Amino acid sequence: MSRYDFQHQLGSSHSPVTRRISLMQAIHLDAPLMGGLLVLVCVGLFVLYSASGQSMDTLMRQLVRITAGFAAMMVMAFISPRTYKRWTPWLFGIGLILLVGVLVTGTQAKGAQRWLAIPGTGVRFQPSEIMKVIVPMMLAWYLAERALPPGWRPVLLSAVLIMVPTVLIARQPDLGTSLLIASSGFIVLFLSGLNWKYIAGLTAAAVPAGAGIWMVMHDYQRQRVLTFLDPERDRWGAGWNITQSKTAIGSGGWEGKGWLHGTQAHLDFLPESSTDFIIAVLAEEFGLLGVCALLMIYFAIVARGMYIAMNAQDTYSRLLAGSITLTFFVYVFVNIGMVSGILPVVGVPLPMVSYGGTSIVTLMASFGILMSIHTHRKLVST
Amino acid sequence: MSEQLKQSQFGWRYYMVLAMFAVLAVVVIGRLIYLQVESQAFLQDQGDRRVVRVERIPAYRGLIEDRNGEPLAVSTPVQTLWANPQELIDAQYAWGFLAKSTGVSESSLRDRILRNQEKQFIYLRRHMNPSKADDILGRHIPGVYSIEEHRRYYPAGEVTSHLVGFTNIDEEGQEGIELSFDEFLKGEAGKKRVIKDLRRRIVKDVGLIKPAAPGTDITLSIDLRAQYLAYRELLSAVTEYRASSGSAVAIDIKTGEVLALVNQPSYNPNNRTRGDVPNFRNRALTDVFEPGSTVKPFTVAAALSSGKWKAYSKLDTSPGYLRIGSKSIRDMSNYGVIDLGKIIAKSSNVGASKLALSMDDQYLSSFFRKVGLGQATGVGFPGESVGMLPARQKWRRIEVATLSYGYGLSVTALQLAQAYAILGSGGIKRQVSLLKVDGDVPGERVMDETVARQVVQMMEGVVDVHGTAKKARVPGYRVAGKTGTVHKVSAGGYQDHRYLAMFAGVAPVEDPAIALVVVIDDPKGDMYYGGQVAAPVFSRVMAGLLRVKNIPPDKTVETYVGLAKAATPDS
Repeated sequence: MSRYDFQHQLGSSHSPVTRRISLMQAIHLDAPLMGGLLVLVCVGLFVLYSASGQSMDTLMRQLVRITAGFAAMMVMAFISPRTYKRWTPWLFGIGLILLVGVLVTGTQAKGAQRWLAIPGTGVRFQPSEIMKVIVPMMLAWYLAERALPPGWRPVLLSAVLIMVPTVLIARQPDLGTSLLIASSGFIVLFLSGLNWKYIAGLTAAAVPAGAGIWMVMHDYQRQRVLTFLDPERDRWGAGWNITQSKTAIGSGGWEGKGWLHGTQAHLDFLPESSTDFIIAVLAEEFGLLGVCALLMIYFAIVARGMYIAMNAQDTYSRLLAGSITLTFFVYVFVNIGMVSGILPVVGVPLPMVSYGGTSIVTLMASFGILMSIHTHRKLVST
Repeated sequence: MSEQLKQSQFGWRYYMVLAMFAVLAVVVIGRLIYLQVESQAFLQDQGDRRVVRVERIPAYRGLIEDRNGEPLAVSTPVQTLWANPQELIDAQYAWGFLAKSTGVSESSLRDRILRNQEKQFIYLRRHMNPSKADDILGRHIPGVYSIEEHRRYYPAGEVTSHLVGFTNIDEEGQEGIELSFDEFLKGEAGKKRVIKDLRRRIVKDVGLIKPAAPGTDITLSIDLRAQYLAYRELLSAVTEYRASSGSAVAIDIKTGEVLALVNQPSYNPNNRTRGDVPNFRNRALTDVFEPGSTVKPFTVAAALSSGKWKAYSKLDTSPGYLRIGSKSIRDMSNYGVIDLGKIIAKSSNVGASKLALSMDDQYLSSFFRKVGLGQATGVGFPGESVGMLPARQKWRRIEVATLSYGYGLSVTALQLAQAYAILGSGGIKRQVSLLKVDGDVPGERVMDETVARQVVQMMEGVVDVHGTAKKARVPGYRVAGKTGTVHKVSAGGYQDHRYLAMFAGVAPVEDPAIALVVVIDDPKGDMYYGGQVAAPVFSRVMAGLLRVKNIPPDKTVETYVGLAKAATPDS
């Protein structure tokens, strides 16, 4: 027993002299996180192949995005957290300018202005997606320099830092993303040790804020909320998505109908089957067991993220890592929640699985930041 | 790790957040369990209701064929294109192409789509050639779909149209055999379960509920070769004599089967037009007429059967007319004292009347009834007429007399043919059939065999040098028959210059195999006697029938002496 303790102590002493630096560490990648993401991406491609009606074309385009995502991740992982910290305020400023730019010049898709075209390249991207990373970075940067727990002044300023991009994105209109960004900001605030008085105050403020949001909401957004509250209200219109996705999920049963054998998605009954509602395809074809398996992968990634957050060596890194990880979890929760009918349909893609480019690249980039935080630690504690 | 956590005095918040999220995860998983386990049966059923549909499998309608298996009515698969106007309205770019490929003008298609834009179903084109339909479907125009149907095709066209009839576009029998045997022919549509997508396209078959039961094939008694022949000869006669219509019916004496049944004017069942409607009538079964002199052989047969007359009995027809009350019955000329055979050969009205008047007043009408004149034949053809043979308590002399030469009763061509078949069969009445009959048909004796044979031999005199219809002769065969020419009846009574010319007969005399009746309605011009107009048709059709049925010739020495001389026509 004592010998075991001894060995354990040896193992955790991290002697810089004896430790060999692995290849993964040399390029600042985190093997467990990398492994989890690879598995997730592979599962996602399988489901997408089925959901897209076995379109090799769709699959190839998704593969290109995933590759771009991994590239972004490696770049982000290589940059040290110090650099991020230094650049955070500038990035935030640029992000805000881009958001304003979207509102002024952005291109439209499905009734909303979310895209910004880079002149001369033909590439379009959604600045709101990038803000998903930048907002928690900004909050972490701001709060890391303050005495924790933050007093009322920093809390108020933090709220402003969160609300400005949130409102800009909500105006696009993209309610789902704006709420996610707001929540990622508040997660940082919460992790920073926010006093319960302020939490109570913010919660109280959320009620009139909710009323205010309702007032500025677009009609279709209100419809979504109302339809969420009572899908039968508009069964063939706005409630169609939910009714169809619940039907698809339910027909899966325990084991599902088998890959490529789902009927609802393949026969056009399930709308958005390869983007926001892709989990319904998985549920129909792989059943409850398949969904649980996917959730396990997500939990593994979240668990690793939390481990990285808790082992971060400075406040900025810890807050940022915590926010990135928990926001990732929120995405998963909100997506499955909305597809299975316990949350309103707010247009949140299923991370890493849904078809769509910006989301994957942004998520991979944020995982790159997580890896950077973990692999740039000073290995000898002072 | 623990050291670093201690550094942050708020590390517990991470665990709290994790715990909170664990609760959320449980909520999500709980929801999934609720949907996928608890509600699975309901939702699965809901899902199936959206995609699993019961589809009709069209049944093949039975084939109609002639006695040798030649197809007369066949069903071929075709595609019917239909559209959902609610979807097609958005595909304006395809309207021009659709209009062109379905053979309508673009403006009329546009009108139809706009008029029906609230509806979900309009036909674009029914019964299209499948390859053409596939061309259109291959363009994947939104809202354009197809269903498989069958189209009825009649290979023999107008030659068999009256008998076979036709179906409507939904393959329901409308006329003829198609109508009367519809129940047998139509079969029963099957059902299958299929998976359809949101756009109602069948994605795959998942199971057969009930196979389609194809209809029963029907084999008609007619011989298509004989039918073609009869059609051709009747058509040429009707054309040549500018007749308004005509019919010909041939019966196989041994079995009662109808071997040929044609009418003029005819129509093409594959391409019917509105103007064809009056021609749909199968005149040989639906139109009645007074048979006139063609019943005289039966008057003679009745006289022989009564026992009051013998084949060699003679009677005086002088002075060529007979007064009964205020009416007088006339012959063409004064034939003087003649035997019974001459009454038939010369078609003497006076002779026939005297024979009839010598019998009990009910005798002749009941004899006619026994041979089927004015009686239903029981062939089961839609719209068949029964004709009329009066049943009287008391017959007046003039009524008996006119009945003896074919007035005061009405028959169809088929009834007349059946009556002649009875004579030919030696007095056996067999059920007339439009369907092929297997084996012997026993029939019922309605006339003494000797009487029937004697009358047939007497009828041979009609085509004799001195008879009324030398043109009815068939080279190589002995033919027996009788001409008939009657005034047409109209609302104001008999018409002076409009006639019905007919010839009825059997061949070969030695052992009659075929009975044939030819009726030419309203021939215009100088020629209107049955011996002139109908007899040549009879001759050619009978010749063909005998050949088709492989009947050996019964006339060894052929003499055409005096054939060129015109015979005396009857009245």
